[in-house]
Amino acid sequence: MMTFSPQLEQKFAKMLTSYPEGKKRSAVVPMLIYAQDEVGSITSELIDEVARRCEVTPLQVDEVVGYYSMLHRNPMGKYHVQVCTNISCLLVGGMELYEHACKKLGIGHKQVAADGQFSLEEVECMGACSWAPAVEINYDFHHHVTPEKLDQLIDGLRKAQ
Amino acid sequence: MAKKLYNDPSPLETRILSARFGLENSESLTTYLAHDGFKAFRKAREMKPEQIIEEVKTSALRGRGGAGFPTGLKWSFVPRSSPKPKYIVINADESEPGTCKDRLLMEYDPHQMIEGILIAGLALDAHKGYLYIRGEYRYLIDHMDRAIAEAYAQGYLGKNILGTGFDFDLYTHSGAGAYECGEETALLDSLEGKRGIPRMKPPFPAVAGAWASPTLLNNVETFSAIPAIIRDGGAAFAALGTPKNGGTRLLCVSGHVNKPGVYEVPLGYPMLKFIEEIAGGIPGGKKLKAVIPGGSSCPILKADECDIPMDYDSLAKIGSMLGSGGMVVMDETTDMVKVALRIMRFYAHESCGWCIPCREGTTWLRKILQRFDEGGGRHEDVALLGELSKNMLGRTFCALGDAAAMPTISIVDKFADDFEKRLARDRQMVAV
Repeated sequence: MMTFSPQLEQKFAKMLTSYPEGKKRSAVVPMLIYAQDEVGSITSELIDEVARRCEVTPLQVDEVVGYYSMLHRNPMGKYHVQVCTNISCLLVGGMELYEHACKKLGIGHKQVAADGQFSLEEVECMGACSWAPAVEINYDFHHHVTPEKLDQLIDGLRKAQ
Repeated sequence: MAKKLYNDPSPLETRILSARFGLENSESLTTYLAHDGFKAFRKAREMKPEQIIEEVKTSALRGRGGAGFPTGLKWSFVPRSSPKPKYIVINADESEPGTCKDRLLMEYDPHQMIEGILIAGLALDAHKGYLYIRGEYRYLIDHMDRAIAEAYAQGYLGKNILGTGFDFDLYTHSGAGAYECGEETALLDSLEGKRGIPRMKPPFPAVAGAWASPTLLNNVETFSAIPAIIRDGGAAFAALGTPKNGGTRLLCVSGHVNKPGVYEVPLGYPMLKFIEEIAGGIPGGKKLKAVIPGGSSCPILKADECDIPMDYDSLAKIGSMLGSGGMVVMDETTDMVKVALRIMRFYAHESCGWCIPCREGTTWLRKILQRFDEGGGRHEDVALLGELSKNMLGRTFCALGDAAAMPTISIVDKFADDFEKRLARDRQMVAV
């Protein structure tokens, strides 16, 4: 059995009552993503725990994990840098920005830096098209990002540690 | 405090849904109530359910998620007298490349959408709603959780809302990264805790949707338009647009324009005027080459096709779509091979794998385009791209297969020159 922070336990308790009687399975996806934020990745222990709470088999949770791109079986960095290169970002320098991020962090798509602080992902459209190019670091959006601005963001996070 | 907007508004906008954007604390219920908030709900509770649906039909509101289906008609398909519980599901899985408007509607004016959901609840005798928000929008899930808590605390959600005897509960539900979950039946599977895979239709969600119960699914913007329709009347909303294309909508313009942003204009607004005057024209005095009118799933338009009014029917007439309102503008320097490749990389990544024509088709199209872009293109590839795409059309459970095929067919057809230029360049490279 796993336990989470009191805030998350409270959220999960409410979540499990949000769906109709006998439909706790509905909580699988939200529970996985919120728990991943706290645990760091989708571990087999976490799969078992979500299965137990949602009253489904671990396999029914496992098959969901492979489908959703934000769920990771291996931990990402403390700061997960997501650079969009989809069409709106592409037209205004998104690809160059992604290549710059690869060089700056010394890693590629879905890789984690050796110190575990940063990871990188080339992502699909995340809904910031009119303020492109866009980057999301963990859940924080950054708009009109230039290579210089990205350097500042990353350096700022490094210093903050 | 007055909120700094993501982009400056334009004086040429008609701000109905975005009327409160930029007001001090625009996201609070207090601000909403001080600016027409819940007038429509109070009016709706005095109306018969059929009258509410009739008003929505009169408004000529069409779904703002992409398909453009008449909203009132969709509401009328939900069997109000069904003994099963009826559910309302709000599609906030905004993922269509080029689209970023639902973010603003939730961020700046969450209670407008909540009021629209409640009015739908009155019309359909539904008492529970699920707001499915894409996982990447976590800040908005938290934001909506706060707005919902505020509405509960002041009696605008929960039991006996405003003493009407009407109960309604609203919950947020997080996605976890899957474009396919914007398709309404895949969204329902995801809501039920499964992989987001499209369902066979019929039965349609109106009859058997969430947990096999009658379910109404609409986009964030569609619900956000309801309060203005009920408050000022369906006819007034309809009159803003063109026949069968009622009201205003939020257009998200991106790409090669001086003032990219989200702007609200009436349906039927001229596309070139929009690009020139609202979006500030193309930087550096460059010429227009192409426009994706409503998200990357829409067939692309050549510059000489863009002198049209932006409504669903005018775009359908020239073989494209108004879609989700995500307009992507491309100048004369744009390489359409790169555009086609990037679009196909997206669809190949997002295909859920359920239907073979889509799963295999998008993957092969991506591979051919990738090879072409890397200098390995062959003359026959151009025809092959078109032929493969055409074989995907209409052969899948959901529209993702079509959404991948249609832009490709249009790009290959309308910008064959870009592909020929690449082939000529490749030949030159070999010669050298």
